[in-house]
Amino acid sequence: MQRRVVIVGTGHAAAQLASSLRQQNWQGEILLVGEESQAPYQRPPLSKDYLAGERTADNILIRPAAAYASHGVDLLTGRRVLSIDRTAKMVALEDGQQLSYQKLALCTGARARPASIRGVGSPGVFYLRTLADVDGIRANISPDKSAVIIGGGYIGLEAAAALRGLGMAVTLLELEARVLSRVCASEVSAFYAEVHREEGVDIHTGVEVLSIEDRDGIRVVICADGSRFPADLIIIGVGVTPNVELAEACGLAIDNGILVDEFARTSDPDIVAAGDCTNHPNELLGRRVRLESVPNAVEQAKTAAGTLCDRPVPYQSYPWFWSDQYDLKLQIAGLSEGYDQVVLRGGKDRQRGFVAWYLRGGRLLAADCINRPKEFMVARQLLARGLAVDPVALADETIDPKNWLS
Amino acid sequence: MPLIHYVEANGAEYEAEVPVGQSVMQGAVDNMIDGILGECGGVCSCATCHCYVDEDWFDKVGPPEGSEQLMLEMVPAPEPTSRLSCQIKVTAELDGLVVRLPVSQY
Repeated sequence: MQRRVVIVGTGHAAAQLASSLRQQNWQGEILLVGEESQAPYQRPPLSKDYLAGERTADNILIRPAAAYASHGVDLLTGRRVLSIDRTAKMVALEDGQQLSYQKLALCTGARARPASIRGVGSPGVFYLRTLADVDGIRANISPDKSAVIIGGGYIGLEAAAALRGLGMAVTLLELEARVLSRVCASEVSAFYAEVHREEGVDIHTGVEVLSIEDRDGIRVVICADGSRFPADLIIIGVGVTPNVELAEACGLAIDNGILVDEFARTSDPDIVAAGDCTNHPNELLGRRVRLESVPNAVEQAKTAAGTLCDRPVPYQSYPWFWSDQYDLKLQIAGLSEGYDQVVLRGGKDRQRGFVAWYLRGGRLLAADCINRPKEFMVARQLLARGLAVDPVALADETIDPKNWLS
Repeated sequence: MPLIHYVEANGAEYEAEVPVGQSVMQGAVDNMIDGILGECGGVCSCATCHCYVDEDWFDKVGPPEGSEQLMLEMVPAPEPTSRLSCQIKVTAELDGLVVRLPVSQY
């Protein structure tokens, strides 16, 4: 019998895993199965240029659908997996089909975290996670209409930038005292809030949204402090939650994600997992993490492919992220969680950009690089190589950051 | 359709037909050539599509500019003909282009 790997999910991790298995000469069938109806697509543009209407659904595909077949990968889209039988090594689909496997890969990703707001199911209210979500949003975009965005994280801010670019009136409501509070220093939050205000976004922080109601035919967002915001379009971006239900139901170890080791192995030797759904150890960080990012999905999928092909290589890399808003390209190296010092390099200047370095006990943890691609690349290397730099030098614009690597 | 040659660091060679207007990075991803990652999807944010343009082709391809140039200064093992392949758009003139891929994109 021919060997078969079934990959559950059709996101970035799944697409990379299929490709890496072929590259590493996996001898046997590769099946990709997931509930979304499109071939694997890039998710980051959904809140950026796809939302802005600058790209089509076809040109955000990771690769054309036909490329899978031509490399011997079966792509089963629009097919939801119901359950996994680890004893029989079978995957059951909602439509009744059963797929046997020798190896299984869980790339189930994450879904938008549900907001505890009354009326989220009303027309004109959308989460922003899938292509279908954004197609719904796009059908409600009009320059003479107004949008309320609930959540001031990266997704909310990117959506605000895209909608302003399309001429909509945009109000952004954030529960915490500042935007990006979970991920950035207050200096960076203040800079982004200022830029969005310059661009015409009406930002309200420290605001708890209670409900979305219809008042005389007008949709209104109602907050705990009594404030009300009428809106034609409402977008909710309050984080994601990992899709662990399939793994949990078949008895795999779960703890804030599917637990895997550095080789992407779950608690079942025939099952690997990769991407947003996993909780994995990172030796460089010295702890377990669950990351929501494309680089993590891609790198971990490569590791999973190696494991399945009996060429195990541990997954060890520093996380990084990016966010595009207006003319600002933010590139983030590392994780700033737990910092006790922030050093700024450059004034908070929109054109020239600046860097916020995050340190703990004098050791570099992370860097937010705004329009500073060179510092971003240096920061990644500093982190990967564990190099120390004097905080005073980090702020000194007369020093070429390249020097810190020698 | 222009034919692009990709040579992995281990010597493995691939050739792929890449439509005019598409990037050299996308050509590799479409053809499951793993030496190019293209994690950011082609927006010049990640430098995981680093390649070395064959010297005979470098004049036709041209040098990097702006943020691509700044990022290339800091990739592992840069060379004079280094480019980020997401920023090389395939044209009819580039039919036969040869790019070599680095040992690692990190």
